[in-house]
Amino acid sequence: MALHRGRGFAAINYPIGMNLGGDPSQALVHSNPDGKFSVALSSIDLGQGMKSVTRQIAAETLGVPVEDVYVDTADSDTGPHCMGSFASRGTHRVGNAVIQAAQEARAVMLEAAAEELEVDAADLVTDGRGNIHVRGAPSRSITTMAACQAAQFRQGRTVSGRGIFLIPLSEVDPDTGEMTPVSCFAHAAMLVEVEVDDETGEVRILDMQSAYELGRALNPGLVEQQLVGGAWMGMSHAAWETTEPRYPDRSHGPVDFNSYLMPGPGDIAPHHISVLERPAPDGPFGGKGPGEMCANPVLPAVCNAVYDAVGVRIDELPVTPEKVLRGIRALGGARPRGRL
Amino acid sequence: MIEFRKEFFADERDDDLATIGQRVRRQDILGHVTGRSPFYDDHRFEGLLHIRCARSPHHHARIRRIDTAAAERMPGVVRVLTGRDVPRNLNTLLSLLDFGLDDEPILAETKVAYRGEPVAAVIAETEALARDAVAAVRVEYEELPHVLDPEEALKPGAPVVCDVYPTNRFIYHGKYDHQKLRYGDVEAAFARADHIVEGRYQMSPIEQAPIETCGAIAAPEVNDRYVCFTGTQGLFFSLGTAAKVLQMPSSRLHFVGGTVGGGFGGKVDSVHEPIAILGAMLTGRPCKFAWDREEEMQVGAPRGAERWYLKDAVARDGRILARKFTGYFDAGAYTRLSSYAVIKAVGHLPGPYTIPNVHADVHCVYTNRTPSTAMRGFGITGVDFAIECHMDKVAEAVGMNPVELRILNAYRDGDMKAHRREAKNCALVECCQVVAEKAGVTLSPEARAASSRTGGGGERARLPAFTRTDQDGRVEGFDTGSYARKTGSAPPPRSESTRHTTAAPQTTPSSQPRPAAPPPRAPQPPAPPLASGQRADAGGSMPPADAASPPAAPRRTGALRFSSLSGFRRR
Repeated sequence: MALHRGRGFAAINYPIGMNLGGDPSQALVHSNPDGKFSVALSSIDLGQGMKSVTRQIAAETLGVPVEDVYVDTADSDTGPHCMGSFASRGTHRVGNAVIQAAQEARAVMLEAAAEELEVDAADLVTDGRGNIHVRGAPSRSITTMAACQAAQFRQGRTVSGRGIFLIPLSEVDPDTGEMTPVSCFAHAAMLVEVEVDDETGEVRILDMQSAYELGRALNPGLVEQQLVGGAWMGMSHAAWETTEPRYPDRSHGPVDFNSYLMPGPGDIAPHHISVLERPAPDGPFGGKGPGEMCANPVLPAVCNAVYDAVGVRIDELPVTPEKVLRGIRALGGARPRGRL
Repeated sequence: MIEFRKEFFADERDDDLATIGQRVRRQDILGHVTGRSPFYDDHRFEGLLHIRCARSPHHHARIRRIDTAAAERMPGVVRVLTGRDVPRNLNTLLSLLDFGLDDEPILAETKVAYRGEPVAAVIAETEALARDAVAAVRVEYEELPHVLDPEEALKPGAPVVCDVYPTNRFIYHGKYDHQKLRYGDVEAAFARADHIVEGRYQMSPIEQAPIETCGAIAAPEVNDRYVCFTGTQGLFFSLGTAAKVLQMPSSRLHFVGGTVGGGFGGKVDSVHEPIAILGAMLTGRPCKFAWDREEEMQVGAPRGAERWYLKDAVARDGRILARKFTGYFDAGAYTRLSSYAVIKAVGHLPGPYTIPNVHADVHCVYTNRTPSTAMRGFGITGVDFAIECHMDKVAEAVGMNPVELRILNAYRDGDMKAHRREAKNCALVECCQVVAEKAGVTLSPEARAASSRTGGGGERARLPAFTRTDQDGRVEGFDTGSYARKTGSAPPPRSESTRHTTAAPQTTPSSQPRPAAPPPRAPQPPAPPLASGQRADAGGSMPPADAASPPAAPRRTGALRFSSLSGFRRR
């Protein structure tokens, strides 16, 4: 009886946004008289960072410090329509709507500043630290606060903007499946190393090496959290979780976290992540959406690694010790492959 | 451990932005780490009532009688709801996009189609009293034969799970009982292949497992409105569903959410909101309807099981010449989002590879189990599991390094995909190369030199000269001009639905529900706003900046609806 190591590989891509389009999201942006901006949405922050990434997108577009922007979501009386937070659509769809709204508000702010400075608005730039100045002449400047104050108290302008992003619905051909299913793709590749006990059938996931391409990483911290957590979910799908362990039989369904298995702290494998950033032509600042796809490559990579280790193909998830052991017995013993 | 490999695609980015690309602290982190962020359940109401459901113990049964009298007499019970109390007791989420037929009652009246289906909702002063009263709801059932395996459900004589779809299959485009993908001629490729590789794969049903279970609190608000605090993932999906089920103008509904304790897809099609609001309407008091963990795991819709059969034609050198899929999505007893998952999966095939012949038949099948819904990786996770396990078998069949096999077959910029659109912005090759380098997998010089930006297009951009099509699975009796509406039914009324100030029992729904406001449609794709720091020439297809303002929509008469997978229909 022995422990066998094996390595498995998988590569995937993932469509961003509701597959057939037809899923609009809107944003409203306005400034108070102090030049502090509110972004009104009805998008949902599930913990993934919706409020935070839209806040950064608004600040970057407006050209103001991120502390000067606050995102308010989701109240149906004040937030404009959003389809929702699912389908990896939040960053992509809502982000684009926020850019459009913030561009409109920024234009008013610059017009107000231009009037105060008696220059052409087209010659003005923002420094991202709360100042607007003439391009190439930093001394001819006004703060964003003073510009917004002047707009509202002297010039009678509302420093505000509206944004919507919609990819129109795609048709699907019933006979060929022809369609325009997505606007952009994220990508990933993953190599997993496992150790299989041929006496108990137990599989330990030892190490994960990955590369994720997800457009521009708008907030590297949020990206890291998604990828770490998502890969954990992937390994959990691969070798632990299911609501129906005897599928299609419905017996033995778990009812709590004692019986619904998930990897605990001792089961978590080190995960070495590399992030590649190929900006999406239609993404906000080139961003795509790392949220969903980060789990997907782990499932097949684990199965392929088990095969590499002991020669057993597990084609039905999850990979349980029982399935592995039955497979080893059917082979008359472990048959390590060592292909990778 | 994470590293950002900025050297890849550096010429397509400017990395000098002020805020974008920075590790800016989360806006809501202080509230979260101090336990003060208000989730839906943190909103406190005096006199809050609690709702619990009585549920079917059977996989499939006819309901002969529901007797709530004993439960209503129990201490602390304020009211017991049954299907007769629900103004429009038939719904499906995607009807808001006019995608599929209403097929699921909020509270079952005539039959139950899965174990755990709700038949009554007790409203009581405390959760414990509500639980006690649920046990006192008497339901007489007549058990029916059930089917749990999707392929069994498609056999002649299988029990009919959902009367709206009597063949246990969702109907696509009013034309076929499955979704087809036809690209080239797979049979011809199988005939000349060096290797045929076949496989069968089973993806398991999985719970989204958010820390915060699904729920909502509703209360009468001033001025004849109702406020609803909710953990939904789609605020307006939930608001539209409530307006439809309660037959109430959306202007009388005020939904508040946005701070949610995890979703992962399980909070997209919830009906906690209409049930809580209905409770508030009928009792005049605030009502909370929240699942416990057992409900979340066994009657809350999971990621559905999927079964996939794959067959590849492979050349000796590792090139995949054809790939054929047969897929079964186990929708459970009602459609929820499974119909859409099938479409998404079909649009994704054959995975991130350029394969000149692809064929798929994918079925959305009804079985007598908890309905399936969305989960992280919706429509994709299961088939990617199948594809990538299959790729490993292909690599073994041709004696090739599994990483090199992926690079050899990877899609590149300019390649034609099986859904007949050109690939762009690809990066699969680079991901494979980075992992191989990190993990010490030796690649051939050709694989190391490969790039997503070269080698694509040209011959690979061409559509197949011949595509084999067929009429298999043709159905009659559905209007092909719409999504799945039966021939002869009147088009749904466009007027505002009748306002019900009280929830009158209404067992027969009106001909068609009034959907929520349809999403507006721009006549052409609006260009995304051009963000600074993104080079307009990088992707090759970036529209000019001035295209960012949406063009004026031509005047149209009649509502444009997401009425069919075949396109928008005017009504």
